[in-house]
This record gives sequence, C-alpha cells and structure tokens, in this order.
Amino acid sequence: MIQPLHQTLYELLKQATGFIYPNEIEVHWGILVVVYPYLTGLVAGAFILASLVKVFNVKEVQSVYRLSLLTALAFLIIAPLPLLLHLGHPERSFEIFLNPNFTSAMAMFGFVYAWYLMVVLLLEIWFTYRKDIILWSKNERFMMRWIHKIISLFSTDVSEKSVIFDKKMVKVITIIGIPSAFLLHGYVGFIFGSIKANPWWSSVLMPIVFLFSAIVSGIALVILIYMIVTPSRRQEIDMACLDKMASFLFYAVIIDFSLELLDFIHRLYESEESIKILSDLVMNKLFISLGIIQVLLGMLLPLGVMVAIKFFRFDAELRKLLYFVSAILIQLGIFATRWNVVVGGQMFSKSFRGLTAYKMELTGFEGIFMALLLLVLPFIVLAILVKILPPWEPAPVSDLEAVSD
Amino acid sequence: MERRKFGKKLFTLVVSSTVFGGLLKKANAQTKDYDPSKHYYGMGIQTNKCIGCGKCVEACKDENNVPKEPFFFRTWVERYTIKKDGEVTVQNIDSRITTHRDNIFEKEILRSFFVPKLCNQCDNPPCVQVCPVGATFKTEDGVIIVDDERCIGCRYCIQACPYGARYLHPEKQTADKCTFCYHRITKGLPPACVEVCPSQARIFGDLKSGASPLGRFKRLFKLHVLKPFLNTEPKVSYSDLDGEVR
Repeated sequence: MIQPLHQTLYELLKQATGFIYPNEIEVHWGILVVVYPYLTGLVAGAFILASLVKVFNVKEVQSVYRLSLLTALAFLIIAPLPLLLHLGHPERSFEIFLNPNFTSAMAMFGFVYAWYLMVVLLLEIWFTYRKDIILWSKNERFMMRWIHKIISLFSTDVSEKSVIFDKKMVKVITIIGIPSAFLLHGYVGFIFGSIKANPWWSSVLMPIVFLFSAIVSGIALVILIYMIVTPSRRQEIDMACLDKMASFLFYAVIIDFSLELLDFIHRLYESEESIKILSDLVMNKLFISLGIIQVLLGMLLPLGVMVAIKFFRFDAELRKLLYFVSAILIQLGIFATRWNVVVGGQMFSKSFRGLTAYKMELTGFEGIFMALLLLVLPFIVLAILVKILPPWEPAPVSDLEAVSD
Repeated sequence: MERRKFGKKLFTLVVSSTVFGGLLKKANAQTKDYDPSKHYYGMGIQTNKCIGCGKCVEACKDENNVPKEPFFFRTWVERYTIKKDGEVTVQNIDSRITTHRDNIFEKEILRSFFVPKLCNQCDNPPCVQVCPVGATFKTEDGVIIVDDERCIGCRYCIQACPYGARYLHPEKQTADKCTFCYHRITKGLPPACVEVCPSQARIFGDLKSGASPLGRFKRLFKLHVLKPFLNTEPKVSYSDLDGEVR
C-alpha cells in the first residue's frame, strides 16, 4: 500500500514544475471526491426539476415527476459512498455524526444529508406513493405484497380525505424541499468556496455556481433516463414533456454559463496575486478539461444546439436526437466542471510558484474502475426502486372503488 | 600541579553531572506537574542566520517518526535565489534531491537566502476550523495538535492550511504536522529542530514569559509573519523576511 504510493510520488515529483511546498506533491482529493459533488449535484438537480412540476404546476412535465423523485433518491443513497471510501479511516466516519465540530462545513454533512434524505425525499416519495402502494398491495403476490405493506408503514386508509391530505403534504414538503435542495448542493459548494487558503476555490460564487450546475446536470440526467426508459417500455416519448424539460435545461445552462463567466471575468479583472499561477493552471493543466470539455463541448455546443432548436422548426425525430446528444454533452461538461474544481484546485502550489501533477490509478479505491462503479451504482439502485415503486402507473381508480366498497 | 589539575577536572565533572542529572530529573518531573495554562508557545526565525544545512529537517524526522521520503515534512528549508533580472528560483533543501541543482552564474544573482518553514501554530487556525470531528485542536498552551486516534483522514485540514504544513501520514492514514515537539516542550526541552540548529536561527520560547531569548528576539527585530492577509495570526514570526517569500 505504501510502497506504490512512494513510487507514484517519486514519479510525480519529476512532473512538478516550478516550486511547490514539499508536502504538496500528493494530490489528496482525487477522482472519488470528483464523483461526490457530481452525484449530489444530480440529486439536487433531479429534485428541483420534480419540485418545479409541483410548485408551478407544469402539466407537461407531470409524467416525469415520480421518475425525477426516484432518480434523486437513487443518487442520494450512493452519494456518500465515494466520500466514505476516500477516508483514511472509514471506520471512524460515524464520528462526524457523534462528535461533529460545529465550525466545520464538512461536519454539517451528516445533518444536511439526513435532513434531505429523511425529511424531504423519503417523506415526499411516501406521501406521493402512499395510496398507490396500498392499492397495489391488494392484488399482489406474497413478496411484493409484504414489501409494499412495509413501505406503506401498514397504512390502509385510502379514503378521499386521506388522499387530499397526502396531496397537501406533498405540496408542503416540496416547498420545504426546494430550499433544502439548494442547501444540499450549495453546501457542497461552500466546502470548497470557504477555503481561503486556495484562491481557485475561495469564492462567494462557488455555492451558487455549484447549485446551477447541479440543476443543469439533474435536468439533463432526467431527460436521458426518460429518453432511454420510455422506448424500452414500448411507449411513445411525450414531445411536449421533452420540449418543456429541454426548455428548463436551456435556461439553467444560460444562468450557469453567465455565473461562470462572471467568476472568470471577475478574477481576471481583479488580477490578484494568484492570477499568474491560475492562468498557468488553466492554460497548461486544465486546457482540455476546462477549455475544451467543460466550456466548448459541455456548454457552448449544447447551448448552440438548443438555440437552433428554438429558432428552427426541426421535426420530432431530429429534436429527440439533438436533445439526447446535448444532454450527454452536458453530463460530460458538468463532470469536467467538478474535476476542474476539485483536482484543478490542487494542481497549483499555495506558494503560487509551481504546478503539481495528478496520476489517476486504474485499480484500487482511488482508481478509475471504482469511480465508474460508483457512477453505475445509482442506476442499479434506480432500477430496483423503479421495480418496487413504478413511477408511471398510478393505481387504477377501479381499485380505489373496489376498496371503498 | 598535575594532581591539582586532575582534582579540579574531577570536581567539575562531578558537579556538572550532578547539576545536569538534576536538571534532567527536573525536566522529567515537569511533565507531571506541567501546567499548560502558564505557557503560550511561539517561535522566532532569524532568517539571516539560516545556513541551509538541513539539520533541523533531519532531526525533526528522527524525533517525530516522519517518513524519510521527500514528500512528508513537519519542517523544511527553502532556498531562494533572486536573479538580477528579477527571476526567482525556489528549492526545497533536501539532501536526497540534489540532482537538480540549478546552474545560475554567481554574477547573475542579486541575492540568495534560506527560509526555514514549519507549522505556524496559527492563533486563528483554519485547519482547526475545518476539521469535521475536532481531531485537530489548539491546546491551552497554544500548540495545534492532531489526535491521530480520532482523525478520520478526510484531509480537509491539509486543503485548508495555507502554508502546506500538513501531510497525510502514509502509515497512520491520519493528518500529521509540526507540534513544536510537544512531548519535549512540556518537559522543558526545546523542539528538536531548535536544539540542533548550529546557527541558532530558530528561537523557541514562551510568549508569556518576558525575559527570554524569544522575548529578546521580538524586542530587537522588525518582524513579519507569512501570509498575514489571511488573518491566520501565526505564532511563528520571521525577522529579515524577504517579500518574495510566500
């Protein structure tokens, strides 16, 4: 374990340019810490899309409301895993809950996460599905029947009064949920933005940029899932729904792009002590991941495509293709955004005199395979959730009548 | 005559060993009745006196079980070479990496000097602020310490330190840093780096006691701390610090 680390560090030592503090050779937050904000961003984004539907009563997108909620839950369940795996002592992680240091942004993780999971997502999903779960469980076989009975917490009331109450509760939770989703990802941005030692991170805009990039990635993800799952169920893609989601995506990308541009111009104009090394960083270490992938492919190109869709009347098939490609490009771009923040912020010395290097392993806890696994896992969880809580078929009304008889 | 000389030497030996032994005993005893509230530690670094021998780095690694590889340091020494055209070259003085000695002609050099670095034991420490579990804390006598039985190895403190003074101990998988040799200073001994410095460039002392080498240092020199604009309030202060040092 230690010997390979030293070997890697000796290699990296040769790649470092200029002067770096000797302890800075090891890049401490690697690919796993890139995956973490990417996953939580998807959670927040998917949830905010679901909330838009409820709060502003957007009818077109109603059909993906439940799917968005389940997507948010699936990703939220996996989100802490990369953090846990990257700890030097994962077995002590519970200390964050038992002995939190209240001045630490990271210690708030436990509370923010628990609040979001327990109070917001699980409750909203429970109230959304309660009536359906009860009705489903009536006509099911042993296994599913019990799973649904347990999930419904053995509630049996499907009276009109109780259903109205469910709807009311969903509305209330959504209203609490939107600021909570902002909190969840804004807080992740704050973890980086509040580090005054690091000029690449230290910015009051960081939580807001994180938030809007989260919304962008979340909407794009739900678009992708919807476009893959619907045909596989032999159903027609609802173009009104897709157009509306793409429209939300378009506005979110514009806000995200403006914020990042503002951050860029602000830094350049203020031209503080760190500007030289940060320019070096962007031109050398981050040229491909920031210049090409994040900005060009992940932002400007999809933005151009979506402007074109708004101006010209493409037919449905072409629109579908363009939306699909744009959503993939946006995912790539947002992943690059997380990479540029997390890894980019460690590629320059705090002496502002040199650049370090990062070598990603293939295997091991901090390797590419682990990162890929962590990116695939939420989809597996989502598949299971969709099996248990089908997001597309509200229980037939005839069942309701049968029960009330 | 010879005999008298011998007697004198013997007497000196006996007296000095008794005194020394007594001092050692006292030093050992001090841990037991050591009262942290009566101390507040700091360090002065007389930059001009550093000759870049690296003894402090070696002593620190030996004393504190710091891995020998050149990626882990509780203290290190930087060499600055500023050329007439303004170009600044900085190197970490480490006996193992001397292969890349630069070829700067002496005539091109405007000025050159060494700067010892270590944890600044900030009075307003960002590392303590960000530690999620309170494993890094400030002792009553002002030293920042890591409890390696509580540290979860998240490395947030390493990111938060503006001075690069922390590293992740590869065997313990917990954050590690300079403690002013806390195990020594609470016994009345100086930190290892201070003890071995041949030119006395490092002056360790108690900020609470007025008459001390550190007090004298603070009285005699114009002082500066590293990155004062970050409001970390370092307790390690430098005399004759060049503006190029970050």
